[in-house]
Amino acid sequence: MGGWERFAETFLNAKVMERYWPDIVAGLGTTIELAALIVLSGLAAGLALAVLRSFGVRVVNWAIVFVVDLFRALPPLVIIVLIYFGLPSIDVVPSGFVSTWLSLALVLMAFSEEIFWAGITAIPRGQWEAARSTGLGFGETLAHVILPQALRITIPPLTNRTIAITKGTALGSVVAVTEILGQASSAVSNSYNPSPLTLGAAAYLVLFLPVVIFGRWVERKFR
Amino acid sequence: MIQAKGIHKQFGALHVLKGVDLDVAERELVFIIGPSGSGKSTMLRCLNRLEVPTAGSVVVDGIDLLDPRTDLNHARQRIGMVFQSFNLYPHMTALGNVTLALRKVAGKSRAEADEIGHAALARVGLAERADHRPGQLSGGQQQRVAIARAIALEPRVMLFDEPTSALDPELVGSVLGVMRSLRESGMTMVVVSHEMGFARAAADRVLFMDDGLIVEQGPPAQIFEAPVHARTRGFISQIQRH
Ligand SMILES: Nc1ncnc2c1ncn2[C@@H]1O[C@H](COP(=O)(O)OP(=O)(O)OP(=O)(O)O)[C@@H](O)[C@H]1O
Ligand SMILES: [Mg+2]
Repeated sequence: MGGWERFAETFLNAKVMERYWPDIVAGLGTTIELAALIVLSGLAAGLALAVLRSFGVRVVNWAIVFVVDLFRALPPLVIIVLIYFGLPSIDVVPSGFVSTWLSLALVLMAFSEEIFWAGITAIPRGQWEAARSTGLGFGETLAHVILPQALRITIPPLTNRTIAITKGTALGSVVAVTEILGQASSAVSNSYNPSPLTLGAAAYLVLFLPVVIFGRWVERKFR
Repeated sequence: MIQAKGIHKQFGALHVLKGVDLDVAERELVFIIGPSGSGKSTMLRCLNRLEVPTAGSVVVDGIDLLDPRTDLNHARQRIGMVFQSFNLYPHMTALGNVTLALRKVAGKSRAEADEIGHAALARVGLAERADHRPGQLSGGQQQRVAIARAIALEPRVMLFDEPTSALDPELVGSVLGVMRSLRESGMTMVVVSHEMGFARAAADRVLFMDDGLIVEQGPPAQIFEAPVHARTRGFISQIQRH
C-alpha cells in the first residue's frame, strides 16, 4: 500500500464516512442550536450589563467589573467543567448541553459587556447634553441617541469576538454534548478509524466559514 | 424670566463661580463676555441644570430648577440650549434631530412632530435640508438645525454658548441672522459670545465675567466704549484687536 492509499484509508475512508455522516449532521444541528443560544443570551446579557453600568452606581459597577473580569480571565473549559461537575454537589444537576451553553454565554456576556461599554463611552458628552437639554430623560437619551451610535461602532469587534467564542462549542464534547466534535469522537472510537474527524472538520467549515466571511464583510462595512 | 441668585459652583477644589446674580427680564437679550475659563459656560449651564450649582438658586419662568420635586425634563423643554459644537445627532436626519424630543417628550404623533419640525427648519432657512444628515451639512447649517431643534419645543428662554465660534467666518452671518430674527420675535435670550457687532446691534445688556464673578454690566455702548473697570477695559481692547 502506497503512502497516499494509507492516508486515504485512514482519513477519507468512504465506508466509515457513509456509516457515520448522519451522526455528524445530527451533531451539526446540536452545534447550531447551542451556538444560537449562546449568541442570543450572551449578547443580551452583555448589553444589559453595559446599560446597567451606564447608570453609574458605584457599588453596582464594581460588581459588574468583577464579574466581567472573572469570566474574561477563566479559560472557558474550566468554567464548563466547574458547572458540570461542581454544581451537582449542591444538588443542581445541569446537563452537558446546559453547562456548555451557560459557560460560553457567560464568557460572551463578559467580553461583549466590555465592547458595548467601550462603545457607549466613546460617544461624546455633548450628545448626552444636547438630548438632556431638550428634556429627554436618561433612558430615552440612551435608547434613541447613545445606543444607536454606540452599537454601530461595536459591530466589528463584537462580530469577531462572537465568532471566537461560538467556536468554543466544541468544548462541549468534554462533557458529553453530542455536538459535532462529540459525535465525531465517538464515531472514531466505534470505527477505529479517524475519518469521522475529517467529516467533523468539514461540518465546522460549512458552519463557520460563511460566518467568518460575513464577519469580514461587516468589518469593512462598518469601519 | 430668569432669576439666578448667589450661584456658586465648585469642581472639587476649583471654585469656578463665586456668587453670581443674574436676572433676565422677559424679551431681554443678555450678552455674556469674558476671558477663557472665567466661568461663562458653567454659568449658562447652571440655567438649565446641566450643571448643579454648589449653592444659590435658579428660577426660570417661575420654575425652581434646584427643587428636587421639579420635573426637570419638563422644565428643560422651556429652556432651549445651543452649543458651540452643535451636538446634532449624527445618525438622524435634520428633521429627525428636530422631532426627537417632540415625539418622545412632548408626546406628539409623528405627523404632528414632522409638521412642527418642518416649520422650525423653515424658520432657520433650511426647509430644503430636512432629509440631510448632519454630516452632509455645513457648520452654519448644522448650527441652524440645532437652533431649530431647540425652538421647535417652543421654549420660553434660549441659551447660546458661543454658537458661532466653531464656524468659518463666512458661515457666521447665517447663524447670527437666525438669532436676530429670534430676537425680533421677542425671545428671551442669554448669549455667551464674542461677536461684538451682534452684541451692539441686538443686546439689551452686556455682562463682563472674570474669575467666576460678574465684574461689570450695562448697555453695549457703555461696556464697549466706556467700561469702568480696568479688567473690562483690558479685555475689550484685547478682543477688539482681533
Ligand atoms: N466638569 C468640569 N470639571 C472640572 N472643571 C471644570 C468642569 N467644567 C468646567 N471646568 C473648569 O471651570 C472653569 C470655567 O470653565 P468654563 O467652561 O465655564 O469657562 P468659560 O468662561 O466658558 O471659558 P471658555 O471661554 O474657554 O469657554 C475652567 O477652569 C474649567 O476648566
Ligand atoms: Mg465656554
